[in-house]
Amino acid sequence: MTNLLEMKDLSIDLYRGKKIPPVKLVEGVNLSIRKKQNFGVVGESGCGKSITCSSIMGLLSFPLSVGKGSSIRFLDSEDQEVEIAGLSPAGLRRLRGKEISMIFQEPMTALDPMYTIESQIAEALSFHTRMTKAEIHDAALEMLRKVKIPRPDQILQDYPHHLSGGMLQRVMIAIALINNPRLLIADEPTTALDVTIQAQILDLMNELRESYDTSVIMITHDLGVIAETCEEVAVFYAGQVVEQASVEAIFHETAHPYSAGLLRSVTSLDGAQKELYTIRGAVPTAGNFAPGCRFADRCDRCMDVCRERAPALCEIAPGHLCRCWLHAGGEDEGKGVAV
Amino acid sequence: MRNYIVRRLLQLLPVLLGISIVIFAVLRLIPGGFASGMLGIDATPELIAQVEARYGLDQPAVTQYLRWMSGVLHGDFGQSFRSGAAILPEMMTRFGVTAELTILAAVISWCIALPLGILAAVKRNTMADRVVRVAALLGVSVPGFALSILVILFLSLAFNYYPPLDYVGFFTDPGKNLEIMALPALILGASMSGSVMRMTRSSVLEIFRQDFIKTVRAKGASEWVTIVRHVLRNALIPIVTLVGMQIGSLLGGAVVIEQIFSLPGLGLMTLTGINNRDYPVVQGCVLFIAFIYVLVNLVVDILYAYIDPRISYD
Amino acid sequence: MRSFVETIRSLWKDPMGKIGIIGILLLIFMALFAGQLAPYPYDAIGMKFQAPSGEHLFGTDKFGRDVFSRVLYGAGVSLEVGIIAVGIGAGFGYLLGLAAGYFEGWTDRVIMCLMDILFAFPSILLAIFISAVLGKGIGPTMVAIGIVNIPVFCRTVRAAVISAKGLEYVKNAQSVGVKTWPILIRHISPNVVAPFTVQATLALSGAILTEATLSFLGMGIQPPDPSWGSMLAEARANMVRSPWTALFPLLFIVVTILVFNILGDALRDVLDPKLKV
Repeated sequence: MTNLLEMKDLSIDLYRGKKIPPVKLVEGVNLSIRKKQNFGVVGESGCGKSITCSSIMGLLSFPLSVGKGSSIRFLDSEDQEVEIAGLSPAGLRRLRGKEISMIFQEPMTALDPMYTIESQIAEALSFHTRMTKAEIHDAALEMLRKVKIPRPDQILQDYPHHLSGGMLQRVMIAIALINNPRLLIADEPTTALDVTIQAQILDLMNELRESYDTSVIMITHDLGVIAETCEEVAVFYAGQVVEQASVEAIFHETAHPYSAGLLRSVTSLDGAQKELYTIRGAVPTAGNFAPGCRFADRCDRCMDVCRERAPALCEIAPGHLCRCWLHAGGEDEGKGVAV
Repeated sequence: MRNYIVRRLLQLLPVLLGISIVIFAVLRLIPGGFASGMLGIDATPELIAQVEARYGLDQPAVTQYLRWMSGVLHGDFGQSFRSGAAILPEMMTRFGVTAELTILAAVISWCIALPLGILAAVKRNTMADRVVRVAALLGVSVPGFALSILVILFLSLAFNYYPPLDYVGFFTDPGKNLEIMALPALILGASMSGSVMRMTRSSVLEIFRQDFIKTVRAKGASEWVTIVRHVLRNALIPIVTLVGMQIGSLLGGAVVIEQIFSLPGLGLMTLTGINNRDYPVVQGCVLFIAFIYVLVNLVVDILYAYIDPRISYD
Repeated sequence: MRSFVETIRSLWKDPMGKIGIIGILLLIFMALFAGQLAPYPYDAIGMKFQAPSGEHLFGTDKFGRDVFSRVLYGAGVSLEVGIIAVGIGAGFGYLLGLAAGYFEGWTDRVIMCLMDILFAFPSILLAIFISAVLGKGIGPTMVAIGIVNIPVFCRTVRAAVISAKGLEYVKNAQSVGVKTWPILIRHISPNVVAPFTVQATLALSGAILTEATLSFLGMGIQPPDPSWGSMLAEARANMVRSPWTALFPLLFIVVTILVFNILGDALRDVLDPKLKV
């Protein structure tokens, strides 16, 4: 395996009861992340992007679970292939925080209010390395400097409620990167922050990436963030990937009507736009999908075939995948070129 | 912190003063005064007047209250009408018995409730959870006196064992004392544990849902570290509040258990005082119990500051 | 606002709620028809200490009274004391809480100080103390337990009033000169219904427990009036010889409190899903 991470036919089940079949919240996701790649995942809330990424760390908890036949393969720091979907709890713990790290949307609630910043950074080290207290302290201090926190020696002694959201997100980044992981999953890291702070955090992440060997999966609903940080993007809709391409291709050769809608609903700074576009309707509920394309009801360019047969994800140009009858060579789902 | 404690203690004074006035006034409303109660059917108006004069009951109520209060402020709670014994030392001895019972029961209830409550939360919706929840519901619903009667009945029918009736102090004979205390403490602990178990389960579940637990797991923490270091620590505040209220109310309110097992505790002293219309005893006990109760609440509030860094009283 | 029928319907769907409803209905049935169901009057004297048999289902006690009949009549006493005591506590608690929350300032401080004084005692001790003042028997016991229950209800209502006063449209109504009283009463009532109902159910089980405890200690209901608590107290001296005299009243105390707690839990889940875990 040359890629860092390969998801094959990933599905995520929602348990509803002993006698009822589970609902598939995410279905047929195939993604590969290369070493040192910055990969974006875009979609509305509830489209399955966050739980897909949580599954990479084995962090799904009841009633969610990874579905049968799914495969998530990861290349660890000793270049050993690991199948995350079948890993024991101990195996998962070895990866979490060491090989794969995660930062979350709400920095204000992501840290335990009962412990100092120092002890929460120290945990990330002590779970995976044997270091003395003094060494851990020095490492934590060094890390806080790297994420550009002022007065780091004082901040170490503070509790989370003493710090602002932006500061806490820096602390989260420090915790995530302190073990120099191979993969960092950033789940909407800037959504909860003020606009000015958002830019600072993104700049910091871009900057730190240079000095670490880390691939980043950036989950967001904000295409601006994608443009600023990523090389390749997957667009999620209703638990499926509907388009996947390089950032340039997504922005300039947009193929899927949903991606096009997302792009048009972003405010532009040149002021040429008269009215902000909205995609009408709402995401259908998982388990209630009508036959055919899941986007059909909200699509401006819906055709008869869209309501009858579900389109497959097909390669419409080199490296550009799209799940839409407008582009496909007429492939039904299940027969399409699995990538 | 010191300022806070001093301020809280000062705030207690008006409440305690109010309580002392209310008790004093209310006791005078009890039908059938002390004198007629003591004299029984022999009471004649002359005899009653004599007795009342002897105990100062013929004085105006305000004078009686002031005399009592100034005594209390000097650490003198007066003498029992019945036995003539000084009240304060008696109250302290009795309090020792009640405190021993309460502390034993509280420790027993923690040992039962905390592990089981956590287990139920961790294994939510499994058989273990269901068993713990039913046990907790029973613990909440079976009154202490009912459980005591049931246990005594069972022990006497099955093993011909009867709980000892003569109390022995801990320092006189620790072994014998613990033998006497074991059964009531176990029963009290078991019935306290029901609500602690429920509270532990629900607050542990609540903490498990918090975002930071995901962070802790994402760092690679084991379940044990997650539960003990993070979940339990955060779940502690509501548990401590409940336990504080339980201890506070048992220190004065273990009346029923004391009565069933003939333990000479504070609750039984109060009950006997009420039945005997022994005003000074009742006044003293009730004031003391209220004082202990509010003091326990203060201790709980101070504990908060040690548990939760977000709470500070400076 | 959810209607009463809808609440009962969702309670019925929940297995625990179903147990609670059936249990309560059985209790009420026992209480209402004790006169028809009981084979003997509750104070009729006969052969002492007879073991349970076809003639005396639960045996007889030390005066030869039929335990089964006394237990049936006891259900009525328990429910009557419980309901009226909680009625007193909830009624006065509601009014005091409303006044404290509405007027604030001195009224609030005086009321809450009184509540703090009531709260500064373990509740069983307070009940003993008050019933010592009021005397023994059914009436005084109800009042005593009612007084013990006032502070909890008062606090619930006061909190609801204060938070309702902060709401925008109450402020708006005030600013255009509408009297606040009618708005508050109309507004906080629906807000307070859910916590109030749950609290009342749990207070009922507490009140029945307190009555049993008081009577057990010889303070509450006096023999020959049938109270499960006093039956238990009377049975104690001879309970090894005739366990049935103690076991049956005990069983009914436990089951009754259990049923009310089950119903209270189920009701809380239905009315206030936020609290559900």
